[in-house]
Amino acid sequence: MTVLLALVLVPLLFAALAFATASERWRPWLVPAGGAVHLALVALAVRGPTPPALGGWLAIDALSRLILPLLSVLFLICALYAPAYLRVRPERPNRVFCAGLLLFLGVMTLITESHHLGLMWVALELNTLASAPLLYFNHNPRSLEATWKYLMIGAVGIALALLGSFFLAYSALAAGLGTSLLFDDLVKQAPHLSREWLHGAFVLLFVGYGTKMGLAPMHTWKPDAYGEAPGLVGALLAGGLTTCAFLALLRFVQIASSAGETKFASELLVAAGLLSMALAGVFMARQRDFKRMLAYSSVEHMGILALGIGIGGLGTFGALLHVVNNALAKGVMFLSAGNIHRAFGSKTTDLVSGALRRVPISAALFLAGFFAVTGSPPFGPFVSEFTILRGAIESGSYGVAAAFLALLFVVFVGMGATVLAVVQGEPGGERSDFHDSPGTVLPIFALMGLVLLLGLWIPPELDALVRDAARFVAAAP
Amino acid sequence: VEALIDSVLVGVVLLNFMLLATSRLSALINVSALQGAVLGVLTVIVHGGLDARPLLLGAVAAGIKGFLIPGMLHRALRDAAIRREVEPLVGYVTSLLLGALATAGALAFAKSLPLAPEHAGSLLVPGSLATVMTGFLLLTTRRKAVTQVVGYLVLENGIFIMGLTLHAAMPLLVELGVLLDLLVGIFVIGIVINHIHREFSSLDVTRLDALRE
Repeated sequence: MTVLLALVLVPLLFAALAFATASERWRPWLVPAGGAVHLALVALAVRGPTPPALGGWLAIDALSRLILPLLSVLFLICALYAPAYLRVRPERPNRVFCAGLLLFLGVMTLITESHHLGLMWVALELNTLASAPLLYFNHNPRSLEATWKYLMIGAVGIALALLGSFFLAYSALAAGLGTSLLFDDLVKQAPHLSREWLHGAFVLLFVGYGTKMGLAPMHTWKPDAYGEAPGLVGALLAGGLTTCAFLALLRFVQIASSAGETKFASELLVAAGLLSMALAGVFMARQRDFKRMLAYSSVEHMGILALGIGIGGLGTFGALLHVVNNALAKGVMFLSAGNIHRAFGSKTTDLVSGALRRVPISAALFLAGFFAVTGSPPFGPFVSEFTILRGAIESGSYGVAAAFLALLFVVFVGMGATVLAVVQGEPGGERSDFHDSPGTVLPIFALMGLVLLLGLWIPPELDALVRDAARFVAAAP
Repeated sequence: VEALIDSVLVGVVLLNFMLLATSRLSALINVSALQGAVLGVLTVIVHGGLDARPLLLGAVAAGIKGFLIPGMLHRALRDAAIRREVEPLVGYVTSLLLGALATAGALAFAKSLPLAPEHAGSLLVPGSLATVMTGFLLLTTRRKAVTQVVGYLVLENGIFIMGLTLHAAMPLLVELGVLLDLLVGIFVIGIVINHIHREFSSLDVTRLDALRE
């Protein structure tokens, strides 16, 4: 059996194991165990020459070489947080939750490895299914409402992506080309695809996968879903799922630019990027629910990714680096926000204040994470956002660069007000017996350490990976 | 055969208008079921012969779209004892006008797309786009969970018609896509409706309004 197949099957095996385990106490440890085995396999797959599997449907290329290790590391760290989190939630059975987390990992892996138009769509659809029980973990009316919106909007997005995939397939048929749906073949024949169908396909795929990514104006599921999901799930959605959807979108950007339609694609990307940042800025101002605030922050960062790719050149490099920084920094924010939520039994600033006194370590990490997420030095996102800015200036789009800077500032101010209200002052709200414990803060420290490291020094291996991926995406014929 | 395909597609578009004008929930479900069953037949007609693969796809699609999902929706209606009217956010006349606009737009847009020789002059592409738009309209302008599910199904029906143009060339893509999407319809939506029913004793999605800005 090849490594690529094993990477998908191992998490599924662990999911089945978790489902079969009877002990509520020991089951959560299967999640990090599965994550660890997965990471070991990823190291193997990324390093060595890894042959494609299933007739080329599964393959590893420059993009997956960058994204797959990121997802695996993020998952493992979040998984290490799971046992401690589930111990403070003994009232909720965790069988479905643990199995769902591992299933989610398997499906995310499948998305990054798929090299077939249809298979990738199937994987994203399965991803929607796998994440629904995770969102509904709390089993109350509010989480049900969030799950319903998530499923309904996600299902429509995925349906439009299917229509877009059909359009893309038809663009080959209408031009009298072969019927291969492998990405390598599509990129090769891109210059000959029927233009009209290709345009339609790109717009539909952009709307469809953009919905999964949470780009404005298709972002409406995000505040509800991230607001009601446990912090752990928020971290995996904002760092993992959105990254997968972005990867899917990049595959079509690559096809469009190989077809000589770079301008068409980048105009769409830049517009959606700026709109996402602006909407996030508006809704973040005076946002009292700090988990919803994080959702809008995720909308903003998806906008930054789209903007970077749309600018192209150095912007593409910056955006791909930002994928890494965003995933790790979002992990810090969601996990520490989850701790604060547990400590106060509430997630609005009406009832939460003085977190620095009640859960000092979590609150300090939350504050540091805020500076990182908003692009302050010396953290990783500063470097990637600065690179995107340089890309915009180098390509001569001064207007875009100015708007980008202004929107970053608006978000910083809006988000800062809420974050400061949470951490400062006298502790209010109801008391709970939740305290900082090694199990709930060490994983956040690990993520924070990585975010800080990437701000100070980018390892040459990572630099090479990002460079290869950027060259791969931008490759024009 | 082409004339037959086109007349079936005209029927599908007429069903779209009926969906937009229907005021009773059970009738709405029945019309969408009829549309699903018609698409099953259309699969076989488009293929033009009685081969196993299109027959199977048509039968499965008709079975799920025409019987299984509508049956589940009818049961949800009965169990939840909800009011029988559709209660649209936009009036029926306006809905119909928007539907007509969307259909005209679909025709005009499809004209600008170059077709493969075997589909030249066929109504498959405009019929597909018009049905997708109708589904979208139903999704956004109706307030009950059940009607949103029907809207989603109609959207799916439109995509299914588009898939028929590709089924001969790329059967696997179409079958995978269509069948998996229906799976989502059944499992997730069925389960969630069940939960909404238990939590809210109602299937009105406007009750789902605790989360808003």
